[in-house]
Amino acid sequence: MYLETANVVKQYANHLALNNVSIQVPRGTVFGLLGPNGAGKTTLIRIITRITAPDSGEVKIDGRPSKAEDVYRIGYLPEERGLYKKMKVGEQAMYLAQLRGLSKKEAHRELMIWFKRFDIMGWYNRKVEELSKGMQQKVQFISTVIHNPDLLIFDEPFSGFDPVNADIVKREVLRLRDEGKTIILSTHNMESVEELCDNIALIHQSQVVLQGKVFAIRKEHRPNIFRFRLMGNEFDLEHPSFTLLSKEPYHEFIDLRIQKQGDISSNDLVRLILARYEVVSYDEELPTMNDVFIRTVTR
Amino acid sequence: MNRLGLVIQREYITRVRKKSFIILTLLMPLLMVALSLVPLWLSTLNDGSVKNVAVIDNTGIYAPLLQSTDAYQFQVIGGSGQQEPESRLGKDLFAILQITEDLNQNPRAVSLTSQKQAPQELQSMIVRTLNEKVTQQKLDDLSSSGNVDREAITQVRSIVEEGSKVSLRTLRLDSGGSVSESSTELATVIGMLFTILIYMFILMYGNMVMQAVLEEKKSRIVEVMVSSVKPVNLLLGKVVGIGLVGITQLIIWAILMGFFFSGLSFFIASPGQMDTAMPAQMSSFDMEGIMNTVMSVNWLEIGFYFILFFIGGYILYASIFAMFASAVDSDEDTSQFMTPVTLIIVFAFLAGFYSVNNPDGPLAFWASLVPFSSPIVMMVRIPFGIPLWEKLLSIVLLYGTFILISIIAAKIYRVGILMYGKKPSIKEMVKWIKYK
Repeated sequence: MYLETANVVKQYANHLALNNVSIQVPRGTVFGLLGPNGAGKTTLIRIITRITAPDSGEVKIDGRPSKAEDVYRIGYLPEERGLYKKMKVGEQAMYLAQLRGLSKKEAHRELMIWFKRFDIMGWYNRKVEELSKGMQQKVQFISTVIHNPDLLIFDEPFSGFDPVNADIVKREVLRLRDEGKTIILSTHNMESVEELCDNIALIHQSQVVLQGKVFAIRKEHRPNIFRFRLMGNEFDLEHPSFTLLSKEPYHEFIDLRIQKQGDISSNDLVRLILARYEVVSYDEELPTMNDVFIRTVTR
Repeated sequence: MNRLGLVIQREYITRVRKKSFIILTLLMPLLMVALSLVPLWLSTLNDGSVKNVAVIDNTGIYAPLLQSTDAYQFQVIGGSGQQEPESRLGKDLFAILQITEDLNQNPRAVSLTSQKQAPQELQSMIVRTLNEKVTQQKLDDLSSSGNVDREAITQVRSIVEEGSKVSLRTLRLDSGGSVSESSTELATVIGMLFTILIYMFILMYGNMVMQAVLEEKKSRIVEVMVSSVKPVNLLLGKVVGIGLVGITQLIIWAILMGFFFSGLSFFIASPGQMDTAMPAQMSSFDMEGIMNTVMSVNWLEIGFYFILFFIGGYILYASIFAMFASAVDSDEDTSQFMTPVTLIIVFAFLAGFYSVNNPDGPLAFWASLVPFSSPIVMMVRIPFGIPLWEKLLSIVLLYGTFILISIIAAKIYRVGILMYGKKPSIKEMVKWIKYK
């Protein structure tokens, strides 16, 4: 485990923001931190980045309790992010890079690489207020990763980007992971969770209600719905071990969605149908992360 | 460079480079010079009538030397027996010059009493005459001592080089019959000048700190910042950086004033040039007198206390401004918290204004000890000369308070900058202090 939080509790004046939150983030993976608005994600991130302190519990980095210097091994892109409007883009990026511990020379060298990579070299001497929102997002992204941190925390990194630029950022996230960085991604965009994340934790009402590998979670939440494509145009089998959800003819086939009932195994279910019909294809429906999210949160 | 240093550097450089800062810094001294010199110049304008000055010279040495001019008629009056000359002041007498002792022994034994402020022109004429005589007296003493040797020659050299420093006390007789030393007028002007300066700086730079905190909150950069800089350092960097901008402005002003006055003394040192440079009616504008007065003030002491009170007052109010700015999200919301603070500052300024008339009264005394008004009010009183313990107590109280307030402010700031949405109540802000 690269990062762990153990029983973190945080109480604000009128509400409990985090209630015994423990998450485990393996090294070199993308970890999705999910949850509805106000669930406590931002509070947890602020505790990991040492912006605030927990009332109890602890944060471990690399197996030992995190200390003040760890801040400089973390790159954090907050959801509420901005830039000094009156500053020039280059100066601003230099300033943020130096604040994150780079020397002037290193900061300049790294900036040149990143500005070229994101194709914003021409903006170096322009004022921030002249930039479009997407441009500003690029500058913010660069200033998050410039000091080559081991742990990256992105809170809604794709908001404000058009699809082309969002894709650039996605590629960068995967590239950083392949370099061995550990990444925490907090987002409401479930498609990108399926696309990028290896593990997730779902926080709801200040508690972790779901945690694990993305694929395992989807499997665990499968609704036992199977899709069959059969030869012929009729299906009239009835059996207590399944209910028919829909049937639709398709050319010379018929497509079924059936939900398994009771203790019958998938194999027996298939065998049951195979005995009477010719099965062209069959698969089990896996829920999207969106389904899992909604089902868990509204339960 | 460490992070605090970087924050200070950014806050400082972005402000010093602004056009508005440069323009204000260069124009302000011109305005101040004009404001302070015009009344002085007006007061020295001659109204054309001949003024009578009574001379009471107990020694009899100096009276015959005073030459009447077109504007002033000197009349020698015997020591006693006659009608008290004070009663004639303002009628046929303009001023009374009183010499009580040999000025060679006691250079302060001379005073000039008048109802109106004695013109610089008259003062410097008297001082010049008396100084010449005293120098002569000293040289006479030396030659009458007989043996003129090597040591005596060095003494002569130093006498001539130093000149003599007869100090003329100017007294004013007001209509109530009481006499006050009129150098208080200068003290008043200086006191007011520094009070206005400190008042202006606290408001202006306190507001600048507030705007800086609010700017970071509004532009949402603050969370980016605190992920690499501790909130305390962010606040400290802001207060120090902006304070340094203020100090830079003060230093530039001091240098500009220095240039101005040394330029002035250059003109005075070469009178021929001045005569041609100035129109005829301005020749009565006695630069030398003004210069002497200006130079006689203990600028070092006043400057020293000014810096101390400036730093204390600025940090105290900057912390308060920053504390409230951190708790709100928009300019409109600041007014609820800012109005009471601004009122306190304005109250302090008014207290300072009234303390000028009575620098040792209870209002002046208490207002110069209470930390929230002391930086402003104390600057009025210092030029009048007040006991050291009062100054020290005031500074200790001020510095103690600002340390306490800035610790509280830092705690509230740390929570406030990350809070968006609802405007917090004072009660909620007190709770924030206890957050981990």
